[in-house]
This record gives sequence, C-alpha cells and structure tokens, in this order.
Amino acid sequence: MDILEILVSASFWAATIRIACPLIFATLGELICERAGVLNLGIEGIMSAGAMSGWLWVYNGGDLYGAVLFAASVGALFGLLHASFTVSLGLSQHVTGIGITLLASSMSYYIIKMLLPESTSPPKIIPFQNINIDGLSTLPFFGPALFSHTPLTYIAFVIVPVIMYLLYRTPWGLAVRIAGENPVALEAQGINVVLVRTLAVMTGSALMAVGGAYLTISAFDAFYFGMVNGRGWICVALVIFASWRPGKALLGALLFAGLDAFQVRMQQQMGAYIPYQFFLMLPYVLSIVAMIIVARRAEYPKALLKPYRRGERL
Amino acid sequence: MHLEPRESTPWWLSFCAPVLAIIGSMLLASLFIIWAGASVIEAFKMISVGAFGSTFAISETFSRAIPLMLTGLAAAIAFRAQFYNIGAEGQLYCGALVATVVGTGMFNLPAAVMIPFLFACGALAGAMALLLPWYLKTKLSVDEVVTTLLLNFIILLLVSFALEGPMRDPMSMGWPQTAPIVDEGVLPALIPRTRLHAGLYFAVAMAIVLWLILRYSVFGFKVKAMGLNAQAAKHAGIPPTKTLFWVAMLSGALAGTAGVSEVAGLKGYLTLDLSPGFGYTGIAVAMLANLNPLGIILSAIFLAGISVGADSMGRALGIPSYIADIMVASAVLSVLIGLMFTRYRVRRS
Repeated sequence: MDILEILVSASFWAATIRIACPLIFATLGELICERAGVLNLGIEGIMSAGAMSGWLWVYNGGDLYGAVLFAASVGALFGLLHASFTVSLGLSQHVTGIGITLLASSMSYYIIKMLLPESTSPPKIIPFQNINIDGLSTLPFFGPALFSHTPLTYIAFVIVPVIMYLLYRTPWGLAVRIAGENPVALEAQGINVVLVRTLAVMTGSALMAVGGAYLTISAFDAFYFGMVNGRGWICVALVIFASWRPGKALLGALLFAGLDAFQVRMQQQMGAYIPYQFFLMLPYVLSIVAMIIVARRAEYPKALLKPYRRGERL
Repeated sequence: MHLEPRESTPWWLSFCAPVLAIIGSMLLASLFIIWAGASVIEAFKMISVGAFGSTFAISETFSRAIPLMLTGLAAAIAFRAQFYNIGAEGQLYCGALVATVVGTGMFNLPAAVMIPFLFACGALAGAMALLLPWYLKTKLSVDEVVTTLLLNFIILLLVSFALEGPMRDPMSMGWPQTAPIVDEGVLPALIPRTRLHAGLYFAVAMAIVLWLILRYSVFGFKVKAMGLNAQAAKHAGIPPTKTLFWVAMLSGALAGTAGVSEVAGLKGYLTLDLSPGFGYTGIAVAMLANLNPLGIILSAIFLAGISVGADSMGRALGIPSYIADIMVASAVLSVLIGLMFTRYRVRRS
C-alpha cells in the first residue's frame, strides 16, 4: 500500500541521499575529532558558519568549488580555535564546544544581518546543479534515484573511503587513532600529540563546515536563520551509533536520512490524523534510540575528553 | 613553556577570570562594531546606559537576569558533578508548559497558595525532563550531553503541538499562544509600570539556598567529590547513581522554575518564543561565576545587561543585536582561559 509505494519511488531514494550528505560530512568530521580524543561540540555552530560562508562566497560572485574550499577554511579556523583551547591549553571540551557553537552561529547571523539589513527573505544563489552521468542516469528507477545528483553529493560519498583509507592505512591515520587511545604511547614514538590532535580537529571542523555549506549551495539555494536546526547534535549521536567507524557512520547517516525522508512522506499522507510536530520529532527521537541500542557495547576512544599534558599522568 | 598546577591560588587571581571575560567579550565585539562603522566607545557607552542608565533600564536588565540566574544555577549544580546537562532550555519549557496547564483555570486557589503551587509544578516538570537522560547515563552509560541537547528539540516541538492544538487560547485570534495565567498566579511587580517581578526574590533566594547546600551539606560534599574525581568518590563510598539522581532533579527543577517565572511573571501566557535561548546562556552564566551560586547572581545580571544594552544600542546605531550573543560567547571562552590561570602557572621549561 502507501508505505510500499513510498519505498519504490525514486524520489524517496533521491531525497534520502540528499538528506544524508550534510550528515555524512559532519559525522565524519566529528568522528575524526573524537578519534583523536577531542569531543567537538562546536559542530552545530561550525555547520552554521560553513553554511553562511559557502553561501557568502557564491553571493559575492565566487564559484561553487571555491565556496566549498572557503567554507572548509572557515571551519578549519574554528577548529584551530577549539584545539588551542582544548588541546594546547587542555581546557574543558564541553564548555569550549558550547562556546564555539554560540560564537560561530552568532557571528554567522551577525554577518548576514550586516550584509542584508532589510531583507526578510534571503537572496537566492545558483547552487550546484544535478549532473547526469551518461548511460546511468537514464536507467529506470536507479537513474533518478542514484545517478542524478549534484557534484557535492558524489564528493560526500567518495570522501568516506578516502577517510577510511587515511585513518586505517596511513601513518597519519595511525597517529590520529593513537592520539585518541593512548597519547603517552604516541609521545614515546617522538610524535607531537598536540600537533596531531590540533590537525585532526582542524580537519574534522573543515568537514563539518562543508556539511553546513552543502545546505546552502547544494540542497537549498539560500541561507536561513536556524537552518542547521540540530543537525550537528544528531551527528554527535551518529558518531556514537557508528562506534567511531567511518563505514558505519555512512550507514548510520543513510539509515537516518532514509527514515527522515520517509517521515516527510508519511506526514503528507497521515498529516490529517497525526499533528506534524510528532513527525518532526522523529529524527531527534531516533537519534536517542540509536544511542541506546549501541550504548552497551560502545567503545569510546580511551583518551576521549582527556587533555594531554606532557609529563602529566592521565 | 608549560603549565604547572598551582598549590594555592593567590587571592587577587580569583578576580582574573571575570575581568578577562569582560575584556575578551569587549575585544571581539569591538571588531564587529568597527566593521559596522560605529564608534566603539560610543557603542559601549550606549550598551551600559541601555542596561543600567535609568530605572527602566535597570528593571529590564534585572527582569532579564531572573531566568538567567535560574538556568545558570541549573547548569552550575550539574556541571559541578560533571553531569553535563545542556538541556536547560527544554526543561525551562517543560516547567512553563506544566505551569500553564495548571495555572490557567484548572484550580481555584488564593495567590499565596497558587504561586508556590505553580513553582512546585514547574520544578517537578523540569526535573522529570531530566529523568530520562539521568536514567540513560547511569544505567546504560548513554552520554547525557547528546540526550539533553536532543530533548531540547523534542520538547520544543511538544510545546509547539500544545500551542497549536489542545492548549491554544480560543480568544487568541489564531495566534499559537495559551490562555493567560489566572490573576492569582501572576507574580506581583516590584516597581510599578515596569516588567520587573517578584521572581527576582525567588531566583536570588534559590542562589543562596544552593550555595548553602553545596557548601554546608553532606550532599554538597558528595557533589564536590564526584566532580573532582568520580572514581575516587565511588571508592570512598559515595553512591554515584543516587547522587547524580538528586543533582539531575535539582538541576531540572531549577531550569523548570525559570520557565514558571517567565510565564507567571513576565509574559502572562505561554508562547513558543518564551525563551531566546536562556537555557544555553545559563551555561555561560554558570561558567562566568566559576559555578559558584552566589557569583551567578552577579554574572546573570552582567550578561542580562549585555543583552538588554546591546538591544538598545543596536537599535540606535544600526548594529545587529546578535552582537550580544557574540559577546556572551567570547566571555565564555575568555573565562575558560582566566580560570586556567587560577589553577596553573606558566613556567618556562
């Protein structure tokens, strides 16, 4: 019946992929930070800053790929700020993160208000367009579902194996993982823990910002106040759900996005019987449920939340 | 250079953190004010005049400080026990919602009973909102940061549903707002023709009570021990689950009363824009006071002054009012650095 109809429609699968993309970027970003031992609660604000700066770049006549890079560098800068507090100075990761979320989102809103003091509806830009892959996008069902997306969407899916390779198959990835498990052992190898953690947090924050930019320059075409709307917090939950593994993070993001896309479609059909707020609640409820499911066997990176100071015992 | 833990903190250093916070918040804000093309000195003068320059300004600042004191206390007690309750925003709305349910004609009580009754109901509702995160943290070790954050969104949607559905005031011309709190439940005004209400007495009293509890009671000692070293506290025979339960209940209850005082003291009815993020700013309030309940009275007034002052300055000089949030955020970050200096000294290695 209706549910089946939704599941076999190509638009449902296309929407799932679209909703998953910002989550994929940002979840991977948070994952890298936490793998290095740093909880980054700045994620919500950094996504806002990424959304704003990506939009701003294009609004000022820049090209779309430049916008992605610009957003990433803004994110990396906030990451540097986070790392100077939590890694170099070893200050509270919780409070720093909340502070950065507050700072990054209020700065984004301030800048938008400065540039567009009067406008009630934000000006639109021309976002990434869907590209059709020859031969594949004309396939029935699979074409529109999987092979007619924006370039940034494909990048999101390519970046997962790239991160997996970097994290598990290169010395840099090994250093990041040990920094989050046993920083003393890393220092014993003559590797600078502070540097490794700082670079990991910067990389992770850059990815979060790209996730935010996806909203303004690929999924939508303008910046709205409150547009990140808790996505960052959902990503923090997804990292736990994925037990700190990039592959599972992709799976989690897709599963989550699928349920979200499904929820929107059910809302259209059942809206007359069930108030829409309960549908909107689902993503947040699901995130909590997902954490409960994995909680018992969650294996936190052992040095997560623990600041490292040379010569000081953990 | 490296950091070395201090064995004792000289008295003058404890002023270092708040002073650094004030300087830090002004420095970053200056850049944004200069960008807006306004004079920095003029802008800060207008902020302080807008916040403290007249009886009206002071009454506005103090009435803004009431919910901030309560959410600040909610954050302080929780953070002291390393229980990161970032859900004060949701708990505030829970308190407000339940106070509106019972305070709009369900009961007919004299004011002397009605007002305490509303606060009790709101406190209970706020505490209940933290029950799930507490349970999940202590029994299933699910991180409370994420659950409390996500619950904020869930509760706000629940309130939105209540406002558009069962609790909408039929007389509200279609606006999503509830019926007004009955007259017996409305908090009396402290200064005629201003919005400052008796919630101020309640908030200050709560700060003093919490300070006494934390300083002089066995429970306060347990909270302190858990915050310093949860493992050691457990070995010393302090039950972590039970202690955290009361921490969570107190924290949620305080945030819930913030909602009650806003509904019954300031607005008179419940809308979806009851709180412009008081729950989150409460964390800043608590940090600025180094989690000290008495300090929270001052830091709440300070941050309330920034937001009230920045509002009036922004209107006059054409600077977006988000400048207040930027100042709050940079105050939080600077106070962290300030607190570091009270605990560590910088040594050349």
